[in-house]
Order: sequence, then C-alpha cells, then structure tokens
Amino acid sequence: MIALLGPEIAWYLSVAAFLFATGALGVLLRRNPLIVLLSLEIMLNGGNLALIGFSRNLGDGGGQIFALTVMAVAASEVVVGLGLVVALNRKRITLDVDRLNTLRG
Amino acid sequence: MLVASAGNVLVWMVWIVAAFACLGSGVAVVSFSNPFYSALALIGNLGSLAVLYLLLNAEFVAAAQVLVYAGAVMVMFLFVIAYIGPRSESPWAGGPSWQAVGAVLAAGALLVEIVVVIGLEAGGQLAHSKHVGATFGTPAYIGRLFLTDHLLAFEITSIVLLVAAIGGVILGAHSRRSAADEVPSL
Repeated sequence: MIALLGPEIAWYLSVAAFLFATGALGVLLRRNPLIVLLSLEIMLNGGNLALIGFSRNLGDGGGQIFALTVMAVAASEVVVGLGLVVALNRKRITLDVDRLNTLRG
Repeated sequence: MLVASAGNVLVWMVWIVAAFACLGSGVAVVSFSNPFYSALALIGNLGSLAVLYLLLNAEFVAAAQVLVYAGAVMVMFLFVIAYIGPRSESPWAGGPSWQAVGAVLAAGALLVEIVVVIGLEAGGQLAHSKHVGATFGTPAYIGRLFLTDHLLAFEITSIVLLVAAIGGVILGAHSRRSAADEVPSL
C-alpha cells in the first residue's frame, strides 16, 4: 500500500481552482478565438486536476477514467473549434469573437 | 522513518516547482498577445500538470496527457496558428473597459465559489488520503476499469470522437466547396 507523499489533496485542489479561474478569465477577456480555445483547455485541465486529486484522495480509479474521457472531449472540441477558425479565415472574416454574432453561411 | 520524510521533502519540492510552473504558464497563456507564444506556454502548462498527475499516482493519465495533449492537440494548434498567420491583439491597451472589469470580477467570483464549495463539502476528508495499492493508476488498472466498470464511458468516448472527426471533415469540405462555387462568379 502506498501512502500519499508530499502535499495533501487540498493543495492540488487550490491549484485546480486557480487554473479554472485563470482559464475563465481568458475565455471572458480575450477576443481572439484561438486564445479563447487555449483558455478553454486550461479550464478543462483544472477540472481534470481536481478529478485526479479526488480520485487519489478516495482511492477510487473512477476519477481517472473521467479525466481520460474529458481529455477525449477536449480533443474533439479542439477539432471542431479549429475547423471553425480555419473556415472563418478562408471566408476572410475577422477573427474577433465580439464581432462573430451570427453563424449563417 | 528518515527515508520516508526525505521522500516527503523531495515530493514537496517537486510539487512546488510544478505547481508554480503550472500557474505561471496558465497566466502567461491568458496574457500573451501573440497566440503562438500562448500555445507554447500552454505546452509548459500541460507538461507541469503531467508532473502533478505523476505525484498523484496517475501514471497512465500523465502519459496520455503528454501524448494526446502536449503532443497531438498542441501540434494541431500550432499548425493552425502558423496557417492563419501572426495576428497580435493588444488586450491590455486602451485602459480597462467595462468588459474587462466584468471578466475579472466573474473569474474572481468563480474562484471564491469553487474554494468555498470544496471547503464546505469536502473539508473533513481532505486532510487524510487513503492508501492505494501498488497497481493504482497503471495502464493495466485503467484498462481493466475501462473494459469492466466503465464500459459505457468508453463507448460514449468513441462515439464522441467519431462525431468530432465527421464534424471536422464536414467543416473542411464545406468551406472548400463554397470556395469552388465562388470561382465562376469571379
């Protein structure tokens, strides 16, 4: 049996909360859709760190399974998001999320 | 006992370096004006997160993090950023707008909410973590869980990835066809 060395889970959870808030700040503040996607990755990773921390705290592998699923969802989201960015760029539309208020055509 | 405490100090030192690298690169991703530098900072963020996962006995997730995120996803990001070309945005120019103030307030409120909720709900359990077996977090352990207890999650993940692949193909094909349609009118 392996004991948890080093900091307790609360420290990991505070890092996760800070990461999530940083990512939320980026999503709300930045106007470039690429940086919004990058900030979204930070938010998802904050959630992943909390999941894996609780998984270790409770000794249950379900949290790691959920973290891997979140990783697959994040990869899918990046595919669709970057596809949209490339499609916008081909149509010579300004890459600014404040001006993208319609998805027609 | 002495060996255990030495290991403890070592883990603390690794944790401090990884956690501050993680937080610093996260702030860097949000604050760089050039998306290329933001993507490079995110690679550092993902790498230091993988170190934190290793400290939490999640070896397979750490390996998947480096391979899938820092490898595949970030290469795609860098490719698209290079394809679109450098376009900088100056988020901090022109003084704070009401949008920026609102964004900072909302992010701060989220941070406070998360800390309060976790402190209230789980404060008692966080002080002592359970001991885990030597196989916890190994690929064999994760694979067994995925194919027995969490088979539905595994199947749903495969469907999500299939839908995303089809969506990517449709997005790319659609813009190519519309570009071809525009050629005769020129």
